[in-house]
Amino acid sequence: MSAIDQLFDTLRSTGRKALMPFVTAGDPSLGFTMDVIRLFAKRGCHLCELGIPYSDPIADGPVIQASYTRALQQGVKLEAIFQSVASLRSQVAMPLVGMVSYSIVYRQGVDAYVTRAKQAGLSGAIVPELPIEEAGPLAEVCRREQFSLIQLVTPTTAWDRALRIAELATGFLYFVSVTGVTGERTQLPSDLVDKVGRLRERTDLPICIGFGISKPEHVRMLAPVADGLIVGSAIVRRVAQAKSDARS
Amino acid sequence: MNGGTSSEGALQVGGPDERGRYGAFGGRFVPETLTSALEQLAAQYESATADSTFQDELDDLLCHYVGRPSPLYFAKRLTRHVGGAQIWLKREDLNHTGAHKINNTVGQALLTVRMGKRRVIAETGAGQHGVATATACAHFGLDCVVYMGEEDIRRQAPNVASMQMLGAEVRPVCSGSRTLRDAVNEAMRDWMSSVEQTHYILGSVVGPHPFPRIVRDFQAVIGRETIAQCRRQLKRLPDLVVACVGGGSNAAGMFHPLISHSEVELVGVEAGGRGSQAGQHASPLCLGRPGVLHGSFSYVMQDEDGQTSPVHSISAGLDYPGVGPEHSYWKETGRVEYTSCTDNEALDAFDLLTRYEGIIPALESSHAVARGVRLAAKRPSNQAIVICLSGRGDKDAAEIARLRGSREST
Repeated sequence: MSAIDQLFDTLRSTGRKALMPFVTAGDPSLGFTMDVIRLFAKRGCHLCELGIPYSDPIADGPVIQASYTRALQQGVKLEAIFQSVASLRSQVAMPLVGMVSYSIVYRQGVDAYVTRAKQAGLSGAIVPELPIEEAGPLAEVCRREQFSLIQLVTPTTAWDRALRIAELATGFLYFVSVTGVTGERTQLPSDLVDKVGRLRERTDLPICIGFGISKPEHVRMLAPVADGLIVGSAIVRRVAQAKSDARS
Repeated sequence: MNGGTSSEGALQVGGPDERGRYGAFGGRFVPETLTSALEQLAAQYESATADSTFQDELDDLLCHYVGRPSPLYFAKRLTRHVGGAQIWLKREDLNHTGAHKINNTVGQALLTVRMGKRRVIAETGAGQHGVATATACAHFGLDCVVYMGEEDIRRQAPNVASMQMLGAEVRPVCSGSRTLRDAVNEAMRDWMSSVEQTHYILGSVVGPHPFPRIVRDFQAVIGRETIAQCRRQLKRLPDLVVACVGGGSNAAGMFHPLISHSEVELVGVEAGGRGSQAGQHASPLCLGRPGVLHGSFSYVMQDEDGQTSPVHSISAGLDYPGVGPEHSYWKETGRVEYTSCTDNEALDAFDLLTRYEGIIPALESSHAVARGVRLAAKRPSNQAIVICLSGRGDKDAAEIARLRGSREST
């Protein structure tokens, strides 16, 4: 059982939902990112998605893309990210999940990546461009290492395929709210609650919703049906804003 | 595919398998949002290839709109000057819009109409694929948006003007290196949000399955014609065929029908840029390693973390850190030899062909000319070399004049 499984067990038994913020590793520095994560934990967030910067993130909108570019321009390296996470682990109990491109995972070697990430204290991985057909080798290692491999279901995913994805995913199921890239949206699709509800009846896996969530009304709408909500660009934008305000 | 890149058994000719693999290469590494569109595209493409009406329409377009077959031309003065094997040019530069790119775009535009989609997006580097897409969209009355890196917009201004005149919207891409790779990223992002009504006309044999196959099949007319023309004009197949490789679409189209003719040597020429140091070239097959980029597993230029490395080529169309997965497969099996030539070698070849034959080649194609001429010089006059002249060089004239200016002033 991974730290993520334990988290959702606890939340479910107390009828609570997970708030899951996203932050880019190394924008503008790893020290700053670790401060942000400490703050997330202190303010009661339940799980943090740590964005591992990648040069060609095709699933990401302009806010996260720009954040990755800034981090890479600062020279952030994978091993430095792992070391920062490792040094944080004794202070923060909140599970951390890496959002990581398969280009990065493959370059390290699937085994080496999972071993190192787990040793550093990450509890799982979200690999946005690894559909189930290609996920076999990584899924096998993750199962063996009890490292969660979070898979995504999107509005364009056919129903029977969504069920297959739910079977293969571990940790939680990442339900993508919109057809598109990451980024804040004013409105979310009206059928979202129904779609998640349908899937809810067919899987015991926690279902967390992400992409576009940026407003209190989004949370009010989705919290009843989801186990957790992921907030990315809305936080990354504010973090960048706070940083530039502090400079001026 | 965990690191296993060795090929087993016989050379696969038809490829790819149902997972989009050429040996270990290829596949479909895309966000889940795009999976259903790619499955739909693969299914629609299968049904189109089985439909003789589709094939007839395509053949008619290739003949009367594109201007095919393109000639196979004996470069007599160049052959005499080089003093070796006979040099023949497959004249893709004479196609409508001036390059091989149109072969693919009319095919995919026809497919777009068949799928009932009304909007097309595309990426472009040199602008040739952008122009060819805008052209096909004008022909079929489809909406067209072309993503192009800011740096390429500067280098290829005439093509930008053409695309706009053809009614396409050219969207500048300011992220990353502001070249082809970033244009692909932006096109993919657009497609993530628009996939239900939009077809992405990818311009090369790269990207997720089924794109590498679709583009190769539409470009394979180059190789099929070359075989027929050689049989007629040379009374046999050539000894050697040379093509330039960026993403690799003209080379894949030329090579694929020749793969099973093992007596024909095949040589792909990557952009050697300013030299073999990191960041100075665009030669993933010669100097890169297998990895994942833009949806497929293939040779790529990456650093040790898996971040895409900067690349350089004088030619915008070859300025790309990845390459089509089938080329990686042909490299691994040894069927095709991949090599590179530098910016300066390409410029010299550009001059040579322009002066000796009155044919101004694209800078991309000049890479193939450079290597072809060098190989011809070492071979006897009873051998024949076919160089794929993938495009014409009008688009490069201003950039070459600018480079000449700076070369002469230093």
